[in-house]
Amino acid sequence: MSEISKRTENNPAPVEKKRLNLKKVFTTSLWWMYLPALIIVCFFIVYPFLDGIRISFTNWNGFSQTYSYIGFDQYKRMLFDSNTWLIVKNTLLYGLGSTILQNVIGLMYALLLNQSIRMKSVVRTIIYLPVIISPLIMGYIWYFFFSYQGGALNDVLQVLGFDKVNALGNPSVNTWLIVFVNTYQFVGIAMIIYLAGLQSISKDYYEAAQIDGATPFQRFKNITLPLLIPSITINMVLNIIGGLKLFDVIISLTNGGPGNASQSMSTFMYSLYFDKQDAGYAATQGVLMAVIILILSLSALIYFRSKEVEA
Amino acid sequence: MDYISKSKKRSLTVLALVISLLHAVPFYILITTALKVRGDYSSKWVFPTEWDLGNFADAWNEANMGNALINSGIITFCAAILLIVFGSMAAYPLARRQTKLNKYVYFLFIAIMVIPPLTALVPLYQLVVDIGLMNTRTVAVLNNVASFMPLTIFLYAGFIRSTIPKELEEAARIDGASTIGIFFKIIFPLLKPITATVLIICCVYIWNDYQFAIFFLQSDEVKTLTVTISSFFGENANNLNMVASAAIIAMLPMVILFLFLQKFFIEGLASGSVKG
Repeated sequence: MSEISKRTENNPAPVEKKRLNLKKVFTTSLWWMYLPALIIVCFFIVYPFLDGIRISFTNWNGFSQTYSYIGFDQYKRMLFDSNTWLIVKNTLLYGLGSTILQNVIGLMYALLLNQSIRMKSVVRTIIYLPVIISPLIMGYIWYFFFSYQGGALNDVLQVLGFDKVNALGNPSVNTWLIVFVNTYQFVGIAMIIYLAGLQSISKDYYEAAQIDGATPFQRFKNITLPLLIPSITINMVLNIIGGLKLFDVIISLTNGGPGNASQSMSTFMYSLYFDKQDAGYAATQGVLMAVIILILSLSALIYFRSKEVEA
Repeated sequence: MDYISKSKKRSLTVLALVISLLHAVPFYILITTALKVRGDYSSKWVFPTEWDLGNFADAWNEANMGNALINSGIITFCAAILLIVFGSMAAYPLARRQTKLNKYVYFLFIAIMVIPPLTALVPLYQLVVDIGLMNTRTVAVLNNVASFMPLTIFLYAGFIRSTIPKELEEAARIDGASTIGIFFKIIFPLLKPITATVLIICCVYIWNDYQFAIFFLQSDEVKTLTVTISSFFGENANNLNMVASAAIIAMLPMVILFLFLQKFFIEGLASGSVKG
């Protein structure tokens, strides 16, 4: 800013020079404008992330002043730890399972709400409402539903003459319940994004297809789906990142149990660090988690971007 | 939307209503649980004839919910203000000045969006202890600002590129306005729609944040709503009526806000997704 005024002072033809300076102004970086944001992000995300990689090569316990570098020992330990594979499997189930369910159900809801039906906005409000509630509290709410003693589900089963089930304590069932609760909570986001996508598709395509005698299924497959790819991309990437990071709802529904049966990488890391004082190993698990999220979200992004068509 | 017959319209309406009823079930269970008198072991499906609003009062007092509400409110408010001021300010040059440096910086912000903050938990915890911010609201504010900054910049930059004309700044420059003056007096007021979207997305997440809060806010006076609820549940697992009441108190502010500003919540998300 002061640059402009200084130069114009020395210039006899200010109008001509001002034009030139304007060009110069638009090629300055104005880096001071993003400096505060950059400092905060580097301090709280970039530096800890890089330091985490360093710690993954140590045997640090999380509190003592001394520790030693042990090379790839923590990585070897991770490879041969049976927990690792159980937890990676769970994390993938949470990530991919809820992504698929949220997208399929969210798209069905959007197609339904895109019809001219009554009370549309009420339905939309109810389905979207859970999105704004803390996942931790959502977990407790569903705990009231699934809990063995006095749970709402068991009341129904008993009235129907079945035995009570301990759904949250059964390791082969409770991971799916976590997927279910996560889907229930966030399907509203997918629904709204698909609804916006559907409404941006021009009616002309459908009219032309109808004249050509296309069946409803053909119209869906050849018009709706290809033109919805941008919405699918956003939903897939959002849901994969969200699902792989799952933490709160696991804490409130099962607390990772029984044993480690329903832990995700996030909750496992938390227990390694705070309960087992195994900071070096927790950092190693953190690196693995970052790699998995990076690979999956980037491949989803690249795959769906390549499928996008010009509307 | 093609023409559909009356009977088809009716059956689709019924289907939509059944779906929303199913979605409402957990809330119904939560409300009946919260209203029941302690010791009333009737099924959670049965709406209690005798209400015990004392559950709410007990939860409020015993869990120190007032304090938690204030903490969550302060943290959310401060983080949102910082995100909007620093985020919009950062997005402007990144969207408008395509210098080499700016391209790298923008790429860095976008890359960070993919890094889950929790993967850096171990060193972050140590860092917070070292700089003496453990158990302060400041650390919760800064952490939330850091983790939502990339998304905020991404949204603002997209909006500036697509809707703010370049000529605006040129004209202001010729009039001799300073960069900071141009930004806050001329550009920022035009960013209102995207500011509303950023505000809603970030406020919901920060208000509901548990991952950071549970690590860094463990002492009673700085506990947020989520941390309060989780420790309250741990202590009162045998008095679920009171826990359910506490859960309702904790989610009420956001639910009320949502019901009043629903248009912004849903439209903000929809327009953000179509443009992005």
